[in-house]
Amino acid sequence: MNRRDSLKAIGFGTLSATMLLDACKPGDKKLAEETSDSPKTDDASRQPNEIERDKKLNDEKFFNDHEMATITVLADIIIPKDARSGSATDAKVPDFIEFIVKDKPYNQVPMRGGLRWLDLQCLNRYDKTFLDISPTQQLALVDEIAYPKKAKPEMQQGVAFFNRMRDLTCTGFFTSKMGIEDIGYVGNAPNKWTGVPADVLKQYGMEDV
Amino acid sequence: MSDLQIKKTSTVYDAIIVGSGAGGGMAGYVLANAGLKVLMLEAGPFFDPAKNSSQLKWAYESPRRGSSTNTRNFGDFDGAFGGWDLEGEPYTTKDKTEFYWFRSRMLGGRTNHWGRISLRMGPNDFRGHHIDGLTDDWPITYDDVKPFYDKVDRLIGVYGTVENLPNEPDGIFLPPPKPRLNELYIKKGAAKAGVKVIAGRGSVLTEALPGNKDRGACFFCGQCGRSCKIYGDFSSSSCLVIPAMKTGNLKVITNAMVREVLTDDNGLATGVSYINKDDMQEYQVKGGMVILGASAGETARLLLNSKSANHPGGLANSSGVVGKYIHDSTGSSAGGWLPQLMDRKRYNEDGTGSIHIYAPWLKDNKKLNFPRGYHIEFGGGMGMPEYGFGFGIQNVNGSVPGRDGKPREAGGYGAGLKDDVRRFYGTDFGMAGRGMSIARADNYCEIDPDMVDKFGIPVLRFHYKWSNDEINQAKHMQETFQSIMHEMGAKYGPPEGPETNYGLEAPGRIIHEVGTVRMGDDPKKSALNKYCQAHDCKNLFVVDASPFVQQGDKNATWTILALSMRTAEYILAQRKKLNV
Repeated sequence: MNRRDSLKAIGFGTLSATMLLDACKPGDKKLAEETSDSPKTDDASRQPNEIERDKKLNDEKFFNDHEMATITVLADIIIPKDARSGSATDAKVPDFIEFIVKDKPYNQVPMRGGLRWLDLQCLNRYDKTFLDISPTQQLALVDEIAYPKKAKPEMQQGVAFFNRMRDLTCTGFFTSKMGIEDIGYVGNAPNKWTGVPADVLKQYGMEDV
Repeated sequence: MSDLQIKKTSTVYDAIIVGSGAGGGMAGYVLANAGLKVLMLEAGPFFDPAKNSSQLKWAYESPRRGSSTNTRNFGDFDGAFGGWDLEGEPYTTKDKTEFYWFRSRMLGGRTNHWGRISLRMGPNDFRGHHIDGLTDDWPITYDDVKPFYDKVDRLIGVYGTVENLPNEPDGIFLPPPKPRLNELYIKKGAAKAGVKVIAGRGSVLTEALPGNKDRGACFFCGQCGRSCKIYGDFSSSSCLVIPAMKTGNLKVITNAMVREVLTDDNGLATGVSYINKDDMQEYQVKGGMVILGASAGETARLLLNSKSANHPGGLANSSGVVGKYIHDSTGSSAGGWLPQLMDRKRYNEDGTGSIHIYAPWLKDNKKLNFPRGYHIEFGGGMGMPEYGFGFGIQNVNGSVPGRDGKPREAGGYGAGLKDDVRRFYGTDFGMAGRGMSIARADNYCEIDPDMVDKFGIPVLRFHYKWSNDEINQAKHMQETFQSIMHEMGAKYGPPEGPETNYGLEAPGRIIHEVGTVRMGDDPKKSALNKYCQAHDCKNLFVVDASPFVQQGDKNATWTILALSMRTAEYILAQRKKLNV
């Protein structure tokens, strides 16, 4: 089968053959821009029980409004907007985190408990929850749990919570459309792999390996 | 009066094949193309990679960004419906056994998601008893199987390089993909550590397969594990079963869970009985011969559940070996990251979804405290971020200076963290050993005396324990990994220690379990002859990995394909002589 026929055989619904071939050029981000962020529902690659389970998860609600608001603030502290891309919220990371704790319930107690632990820290210090203290105060508290090697022993549970929150935020951001573009991933498109480019081989002295 | 009854048809197929994986698929392909009327029963649903693959989906097209679920154990986009834990289909263990059994109920079985790593067993794998007396010899040699390996290479396609290694036979190779940048570091570091790294061997069409118009040449998306929409890699569904159906001689019934093989008063197989999972009704079908390709566990289970007056210990089991000698590959892994690769230039590094490089076993066991060996599979590069990307940044971002040359505090948040994730992208790599474990009669599966599954079929019970041979092999893997990573100039953690058996995966986790219906010349010590024909029942054959006497440090699939082709051709020759 020649390459043009095989590309046609993939049968992309929304993409023309031209766009596919264009996407073969290095650094071309056309494919990423054309596809939407939301998962498809009528999908020949999903089994009926999977579609049913995802629907059921989507109908559930785990975090209450206060928890979601706290998660939102934390997520944007962890991944803020910068020159290259938007914030965690811009990439819908809080919604991702809500889905993940429903999909992977072992996250539920650590996340719920961690959020409450955080609020207790703030209530004890300021008589207010994390959401209601000032941004400066928020960052001061985050500083106490964001650096595992220098955190005080009594903050260790907060460190564990923040590690988890950071993990989920980073993964939620960098696997989103915005995040994948930010990280500069080139791929997920038909191409011809001919090895590491010559200039890169030269850069690392790997021409003779 | 109940609606439930056994529906029997009068059609007598030339052959009934149970299972549509590598073995069943190949048997069906050969026999259908030879004009036999074949019925194939598959316990799972129909699956055509062209329609059903998740290939080329972005991570964000999955709400869990590609992470696994209980029904898709290797990731949301993975080609295999799992898996370890099938609803209503339990298995048991005894005597503190820890055994994990992966079942992939779908057309093509596990060949939809496997790593496409295609290694021939070598002369010392078929006949290794002379090395240390620990293993039983196969009744056949590499030379008996070589013609079939050659035919499989031509029929299905495999890439690699000719290396002339004594126990790592070369194939008829398509060109291998070049290493990724991380893999060049691995190759260089491994050489310094005394580990020879060669091109990987994978069943991926890096070039168009001569004479085949149905399959496309690989376009290097790196997603073989999702199964390939253009049939660029080997799945039994795409490469064997679907083409065989086009001959008009192969009928496939899906969602058919076979309960037992039926025999007549002479002890010959007459067909099978199965439950249709769609209508939950019972059926019996007739065949001139029965060919089992249901996987090592399921085939043994089927035989043991097919008791009759002529076969009181289970079909084909007068020797008592059915279920015994089950063995899985050993497996232990490690990984790290390369500070040299921080701030990498981005380019498409997807490559193929099978190994670009690997290290065959070339060491001398006389100097070691364990028998035989393992190969090492390597990987690393700038792949698509999926769930887990960015995890654990606090473990790495404090160990190198920042852009300003000043020391960094591990962890953090904000603009600096965002920058860190960008800097570290593409620096990581991994390696995994896959080795030969010794087949032992004392590792076995049997029928649980009490439990049935939701279909009423008695389930398997496993009894399996690693020995010091395997544990010491895993220790050596860990030491070797440390040495390689050190020579690479990588950053990495400490090796796995005795408390985890040196990272040795639990039995069954590598999903290379073989050997439950071993072949041999002596009917007292084996269930099948050297053509995988049952000693006790001449119209019964086994074509999955059950007949393996002893696996090598080579993934089983290519050998399953070669042996199944050999058995199918034997069947055709015997039919010509009217012996079957």
